[in-house]
Amino acid sequence: MSKRRTERLLSIVVLLLSSRRYLTAEEIRAAVHGYPEQDDAFKRMFERDKEELRDLGIPLETGRGNVFDEEPGYRIRRQDYELPEIRLEADEAAVLGIAARVWQSAELAAAAAGALLKLKAAGAADLEDDQQPRPGIEPRLTTQEPAFGPLWEAVRDRRPVTFSHKAPGRSDAIRRELEPWGVVNWRGRWYVAGHDRMRNATRVFRLSRIEGPVKMSGPPGSVTVPPDADVRELVKDWDAAPPRDREAVLNVRAGAGEGLRRYAKAVTPGDDGWDRVTVQFADVPWYAEYLAWFGPDVMVVGPPDLREAVISRLKGVLA
Amino acid sequence: MTAPRMVTSAERLRRLLALVPYVVSRKVVGLAETAAAFGVTERELVDDLNLVWCVELKAPDPYCPIDLSYEGGEIVVSQAESIARPLRLAADEASALLVALRMLAEVPGDGSAVARLIAKLEAAAGAAAAASAQVTVQIDPPNGHGVAAQVRAAVQDGRRVHLRYYVPGRDEATERDVDPMRLLVVEGRTYLEGWCRRAEGVRLFRLDRVLDLSVLDVAAQVPAEAEPVDVDHGLFRPSAADERVELELSARARRVAEDYPCESVVEIGEGRLRVVLRTPDTRWVRRLALRLGEDARVVSPAALAEAVRADAAAALSLYE
Repeated sequence: MSKRRTERLLSIVVLLLSSRRYLTAEEIRAAVHGYPEQDDAFKRMFERDKEELRDLGIPLETGRGNVFDEEPGYRIRRQDYELPEIRLEADEAAVLGIAARVWQSAELAAAAAGALLKLKAAGAADLEDDQQPRPGIEPRLTTQEPAFGPLWEAVRDRRPVTFSHKAPGRSDAIRRELEPWGVVNWRGRWYVAGHDRMRNATRVFRLSRIEGPVKMSGPPGSVTVPPDADVRELVKDWDAAPPRDREAVLNVRAGAGEGLRRYAKAVTPGDDGWDRVTVQFADVPWYAEYLAWFGPDVMVVGPPDLREAVISRLKGVLA
Repeated sequence: MTAPRMVTSAERLRRLLALVPYVVSRKVVGLAETAAAFGVTERELVDDLNLVWCVELKAPDPYCPIDLSYEGGEIVVSQAESIARPLRLAADEASALLVALRMLAEVPGDGSAVARLIAKLEAAAGAAAAASAQVTVQIDPPNGHGVAAQVRAAVQDGRRVHLRYYVPGRDEATERDVDPMRLLVVEGRTYLEGWCRRAEGVRLFRLDRVLDLSVLDVAAQVPAEAEPVDVDHGLFRPSAADERVELELSARARRVAEDYPCESVVEIGEGRLRVVLRTPDTRWVRRLALRLGEDARVVSPAALAEAVRADAAAALSLYE
């Protein structure tokens, strides 16, 4: 940590915010403590300072005050710099406290803390933590997938990316080039949706299946999100369950199979300790797996293809 | 006192630019209180205040733009010039809050404060709010019949609830009285956290597994020893008393490693995995192994592997 550097950067901010006109690099150098005598060294240092200020989100503008100015100058316009007036009611402040904790152990935790600090600084509300009652609701987002950070930056800055993706059930990863439109958390998992440049089609990828680094492959602003793109719907469709348009009849042991009875179409109690349960299902392989879960509490009466699939699942256990 | 942290000059500048308006908007504020709000020690805070106070511009005439004092443990900024207001929210900052709030808005219940706050933040953030639309969070709708709204109300009003709750690992519907503590939304699922009077402990109930819920006309009595779940370190943390289960998974069954918290995951070639789970109750693993069939093998414990085979044989005998 360099105290002098912090001091210098703070001086530049104060100086430029107080000035109505553009100040040249030389004028800034003359007003601020800490720049070196040598011109080359000054230039390098000043470039780094500008970059750092912009990274912090300080709206450092470049321009010329009038046509006679030979050199461009710099200014920070107060209306671009200042957080507008914001006042929160007590219930809104309580909600803000809950929202600020959502990312607690995840990628945007520092950003949420930074936002909260600015709102506290604005005197938006009394947001001291210990004064708040214990909230009745506690939502959390986690971002264990390393791909989340770079993909968020890519969608934020509208940049294309490249990464390796391993499809389920495959042992090799495939390189993808994607124009990301958005990141979606659906059923607790993160997905990215966008235009796959190599396939020339819309694609959805699960972040946990991205391997290795995600690299930016184009400048900011080079991705256009189609106005009708609804990433939430894209992910939902991608993960959607097929319609349950087939019917099966099962023998379910009395007192067991609660999970099946819950969604059954009909249940006819039998007098032999087995109930006859009619259910609807979508596809045989998936449903056979699901029925195998119930072990000796369920027997498939029909249809035959489902019956065979369950038998072969169970035989697989013994194989 | 915590040890001094290494912060970059940018991070420190970010803090200073919030510190000055923090004091200005409160007129007078205590050192201790301010240090706590900024997550720094009082000594670090005093260093910050000295740094701000020392800022001097040389030209055209030398002057010190910021004047402040911190005598008697109270800070007063008498002159803050151009940095009396905080810096605007950056895109990351606005997005972190807005994404979280839109997630919160999806939870059934009274969302009027959430909606008002979203509108105020969007207005204050301006263009920085735009990127937040690129991240969306969808919460699993917990049952069509408003269980979440009922639970929220019961938490707020401090009322006991009666649950009929499905436990898939045991394939059982259980009945219990629960004194609600919080509604948790973690990894896309909604849970009631409460003191279960049957188990005499804090339990989590996934709302999509609630078969039936009624709010009782009894005040909830959460005992003082009820320890809330630490939501920041995973809801289901294995304990030393748990049984260790080792499974071998085929490439088709790899998703088991994504769907269940594993202690270790090792690639063993051809896309196959060897995983270790810890669980207090192995009955669900027994069912999982039946479900996975030839795509999984219980390596240990041996008794569990044997139980799975016995279940499969018993199930197959039904077809003979």
